[in-house]
Amino acid sequence: MKPVIRIHSRTAVLADENIDTDRIIPARFLTTTTREGLGKYCFNDWRYLPDGSDNPAFALNQAEAKDCAILVAGRNFGCGSSREHAPWALLDHGIRAVVSSGIADIFRNNALKNGLVAIVVGADEHRWLLDNPGVDLSIDVREQAITLPRGNVFRFELEPFARHCLLEGVDQLGFLLQQAEAITAFERQREAA
Amino acid sequence: MSPRTLFEKLWDAHLVAPETADTPAILYVDLHLVHEVTSPQAFDALRARGLKLRRADRTLATLDHSTPTLPANADGERPYATPQARAQVSKLEANCREFGVELHGWDSADRGIVHVIGPELGATQPGMTIVCGDSHTSTHGAFGALAFGIGTTEVGHVMATQCLLQRKPKTLAVHVDGRLPQGVGAKDLILQVIGTIGVNGGTGHVIEYRGSAIEALSMEARMTVCNMSIEAGARAGLIAPDETTFAWLKGRPRAPQGEAWERAVAHWRTLKTDDGAHYDREVHIDAGDVRPTVTFGTHPGSAIALDVPVPAARDVVEQRALDYMQSRAGQPMAGTKVDMVFVGSCTNARLPDLREAADILRGRRVARQVRMLVVPGSEAVRRDAEAEGLHEVFLAAGAEWRLPGCSMCIAMNGDMAAPGKLVVSTSNRNFEGRQGQGARTVLASPATAAASAVAGHIADPREYLSMPVQEEQAA
Repeated sequence: MKPVIRIHSRTAVLADENIDTDRIIPARFLTTTTREGLGKYCFNDWRYLPDGSDNPAFALNQAEAKDCAILVAGRNFGCGSSREHAPWALLDHGIRAVVSSGIADIFRNNALKNGLVAIVVGADEHRWLLDNPGVDLSIDVREQAITLPRGNVFRFELEPFARHCLLEGVDQLGFLLQQAEAITAFERQREAA
Repeated sequence: MSPRTLFEKLWDAHLVAPETADTPAILYVDLHLVHEVTSPQAFDALRARGLKLRRADRTLATLDHSTPTLPANADGERPYATPQARAQVSKLEANCREFGVELHGWDSADRGIVHVIGPELGATQPGMTIVCGDSHTSTHGAFGALAFGIGTTEVGHVMATQCLLQRKPKTLAVHVDGRLPQGVGAKDLILQVIGTIGVNGGTGHVIEYRGSAIEALSMEARMTVCNMSIEAGARAGLIAPDETTFAWLKGRPRAPQGEAWERAVAHWRTLKTDDGAHYDREVHIDAGDVRPTVTFGTHPGSAIALDVPVPAARDVVEQRALDYMQSRAGQPMAGTKVDMVFVGSCTNARLPDLREAADILRGRRVARQVRMLVVPGSEAVRRDAEAEGLHEVFLAAGAEWRLPGCSMCIAMNGDMAAPGKLVVSTSNRNFEGRQGQGARTVLASPATAAASAVAGHIADPREYLSMPVQEEQAA
């Protein structure tokens, strides 16, 4: 994984609450056995009309939303299925951070493990971001801060180990593998009991 | 030691290392369930790093999501929806051979939905930690196991180390006291719970269901309840094991036998919340108030009794959900025309669920314009159902009796509804497009699903349970 330290981008907004992982990537695209190339299915049934053309009403299809790397989404983003294909699809589509007032647990875990920065902000800050699409934001992972165009700063919490992994560009498996002795000791102790 | 909740006991017993300010806890996993959809990339990750599967003996695989529910043709060829689906299944078969994982594949008499076969085999046991790359892993909490869904990266972590990095979740007690009325079941109850606490009301929490109404539930009903914990956003759902649990597990293939069984049960009896233990939040529900419940919107929290009016939308998103569903504010869901009925899924495809549907269908016919699929949760459920003739009830009523699998719950195997069609479904998710692009899903109990199939519109099962079967219908 590449380190994720700062993200500068205009925002795209999907204000709906409870955007579930089936909407992020419908199940019929889950027969893949790789994690690459899923961006073309990202928000598939929302983004395309039945004839396959772009849905002009979908926020991410607007000209000003092209190349936006920061998605501001309604509360409880990523609820539902545990499919990691959801963050894979978002990343492949070019989204590098998701900001909401609530993000579902499994999605948030999955996102952070792939370098997709999942950020929860307070209700007032969230409201402002929803009401101001297309605003330029700068996300600083080290400082856990979102800087707005006029210099205002929104602070956010990030699980310290996930933050460390983002900043260093390392995955969590390396850390777990280093614990092999402790894991073996735990297994022996339980088998003896 | 200060009083602990059931969750805390399970958590503490599996800590390889506790959490610190800088690092999450290292939690040991007793049982890792694997299926074809969320595992191939994890096996690839192992290979890419030259890693072995640490504990094949704690890993159990099955085929369920991408598998067709229609039988193989005379040449033995299975009707996969796409070549990709076939390739995904072949990949799991090859991965299980390479890494030495026990696979309940096509040739197994125990194949089925991962959350149905784990308990059936007795692999799911009280006191365990159980994970799977599937959010409905919460099902296994019905046995007093800490069970939750994980992503594919974490599937790889468990394969390589048998451990996960986890921050300790909070606890939420859902107390359900009183008695469920006649004709009202676990599905109605859990839909009411989700409607009460909200579709994200459990985020960051592990729910413990407790109280007299929970204790009175069968194991299958408890699984239905715990299964849908994730639909309230909870990491896991738990029910303390009791005599019902032990009786259900005894003698199952992977359950302890003989003296080991006695020792296990003695330990399992300690797995309950101590008096005076503290939950972060508590909610109380009166079982006597629960009625047959269905959903009217596009998430499982939009649940109401089927005979009360659909509430008006409070914002554009809620209005969009009503528009998508073609639900009308001020009108009850009862009476809504039905196109398809699906009885199946890890929520409601066990033997008592099928009996519940069959009791209503026996001697009746599925309405002319309705197509009904009944998909047993496992080969064992299929065998048991056929042994007592339930399949004949379904077939005589005009329903389709299929092979086990996830089928229309996730609609990735070709079993799906056409755009705009309304499905009354015993599954767990009514998201937009979940059962086919543009399809509309109403979640319901097996009884409500069967009653709606007969009526041709969403119908109250209590009317059918008391109504004698009419001869002309049976003819």
